[in-house]
Amino acid sequence: MIATHLPVLQVAVPLIAAPICVLLRRGSYAWIFTTVICWGLLAIAALLLDQVMSGGAISYRLGGWEPPIGIEYRLDGVNAFVLLILAGTAALMMPYARQSVEREVRPERRHLFYAIFLLALTGLLGITATGDVFNIYVFLEISSLASYVLIAQGTRRRARTASFQYLIIGTIGASLILVGVGFLYAKTGTLNIADLAVRVPALGETPAVLAAFAFITVGVLIKLALFPFHMWLPNAYAYAPSMVSAFLAATATKVGAYMLLRFVFTVFGVHFAFETMPLTEILLALSLIAVLAGSLVAVFQSDLKRLLAFSSVGQIGYLGVGIGLASVTGVTGALVHIFNHALMKGGLFLAAGTIAYRLGATDLSALHGLGRRMPFTMAAVVIGGLGLVGVPITSGFVSKWYLVQAAFEQDLWPVALFVLAGSLIALAYVGRVIEAAYFRPPPPDSEPVQEAPWAMQLSTWALIAGSVYFGLHTDLTVGIAERAATVLLAGAP
Amino acid sequence: MEALSHVNYWAAIVLAMIGLYAVIAPSNLIKKLIGLGMFQSAIFLVYITVGKVEGGTAPIIDSGHAVYSNPLPHVLILTAIVVAVSTLAVGLALAVAIKRDYGTVEEDEIDEQDRR
Repeated sequence: MIATHLPVLQVAVPLIAAPICVLLRRGSYAWIFTTVICWGLLAIAALLLDQVMSGGAISYRLGGWEPPIGIEYRLDGVNAFVLLILAGTAALMMPYARQSVEREVRPERRHLFYAIFLLALTGLLGITATGDVFNIYVFLEISSLASYVLIAQGTRRRARTASFQYLIIGTIGASLILVGVGFLYAKTGTLNIADLAVRVPALGETPAVLAAFAFITVGVLIKLALFPFHMWLPNAYAYAPSMVSAFLAATATKVGAYMLLRFVFTVFGVHFAFETMPLTEILLALSLIAVLAGSLVAVFQSDLKRLLAFSSVGQIGYLGVGIGLASVTGVTGALVHIFNHALMKGGLFLAAGTIAYRLGATDLSALHGLGRRMPFTMAAVVIGGLGLVGVPITSGFVSKWYLVQAAFEQDLWPVALFVLAGSLIALAYVGRVIEAAYFRPPPPDSEPVQEAPWAMQLSTWALIAGSVYFGLHTDLTVGIAERAATVLLAGAP
Repeated sequence: MEALSHVNYWAAIVLAMIGLYAVIAPSNLIKKLIGLGMFQSAIFLVYITVGKVEGGTAPIIDSGHAVYSNPLPHVLILTAIVVAVSTLAVGLALAVAIKRDYGTVEEDEIDEQDRR
């Protein structure tokens, strides 16, 4: 009985849990409650992915209304996979949250922090689960509004200006998606994705569809933070509370990539997006600039969190490369990288947060000699960093392997070259962190530093260990991603 | 007179552009939020215009009428208006917090303080 309602429970449970968090009044109660909810969501996501993998796509009718009139939640291999990533990272980060939030958020706001966190999670899960384009807009705004509030909770005042900047850019991006959806509705009279997938290609190259494509693509690229729309990202991630940086870095841009996949491959169709419109050229050009520029700027950062944020700008470029190549191998690479980057960058931001927890700063100069003083945390940073570079046996290698392969399939060897160059630059910025932590003596007047609390270590290591595990056991992630990519490229679901 | 029949769309384009200009040009955060509101309202106008059916009346079933306007875009925009109001509320709350932290809501003065 309950199994048939899992798709809506995935989104409704955190939505209902958020106001309950407000009623709990105490940060510690809210933390326990949120932890239980997040693990429950992970269980739901795992069950759903299992159902989809064994029985094919699930269509859930909200309130029993027949699609396309009613709202449909439609789960196929792609979004069931992304749901698992979202719920999984949230659940794994919860042990970390208690001490980190106690340090960075004022007591009277802690229960509200968890409520807003659940709302952000609701929005992200909703975007992923829904099969209705207007619903995507509404959930996008739920998640965005919640993340503006979460980012503004940072301890430094620049968190507020970073959040305001994100609010302006993010709202314009979401509004552009709204315009595009409006054009599609005016032309087809439907908002259901499966229905649009049939009707939009039949319309051909009418000006309204061209305009809708342009508006939606630009809007989604802003949310994805692909170069040159990345300006909001570095400050937002650098000044947000540790928990929020890690959560958003692991999830928010991944959902942006999912939206791009869904709109481009399912709604507009491969033929329209890549043959009628020059999306391959545009995405490849922007993504390769993102890979090089993002990574290069990261090399010159003096703060660990900002360094990781700019590295994210570069890593998002890899997602764009995979999507832009529009082949099964390329999209598989992008989907695997969504998963792997969520683990690696989530783990790295958590590690940066534990350093901030003990030292009160994440300047590279504050990291001097930290390899000996916080050996476990720094080991996590090193392994995660090597994953960003794409060293074999880390999962970062797997995604880059697929991207390079996809580039060679189409004889685009300059693309492969750029991907490898990005890895070399990543080696430079990861090297700077390693040099500071292991090859510089600690400042002579420094106070002794304790290793981070075990609960925070647990979350960090769970994500980092995952990134190594899925580098060695690739059949699981690659298997799911390959099937999802085949579904996407086959066109209509 | 083709162009005049689309007067609502022209108005929406003009409003959206004024709104975008008001987001980008002034350094005052409140003025930026006003511009953002105008930009969103222009999009609402597009949706509401799409829902209008020529000669149609309000979508309430009545024996005297056969042609009704499409209510769906209007309902969608009710949702979008709620979103816009929430965005404005969060934006203004942030502006208040920025004023408390920096003592100003002028972007150039904030940047100057951050550079120090």
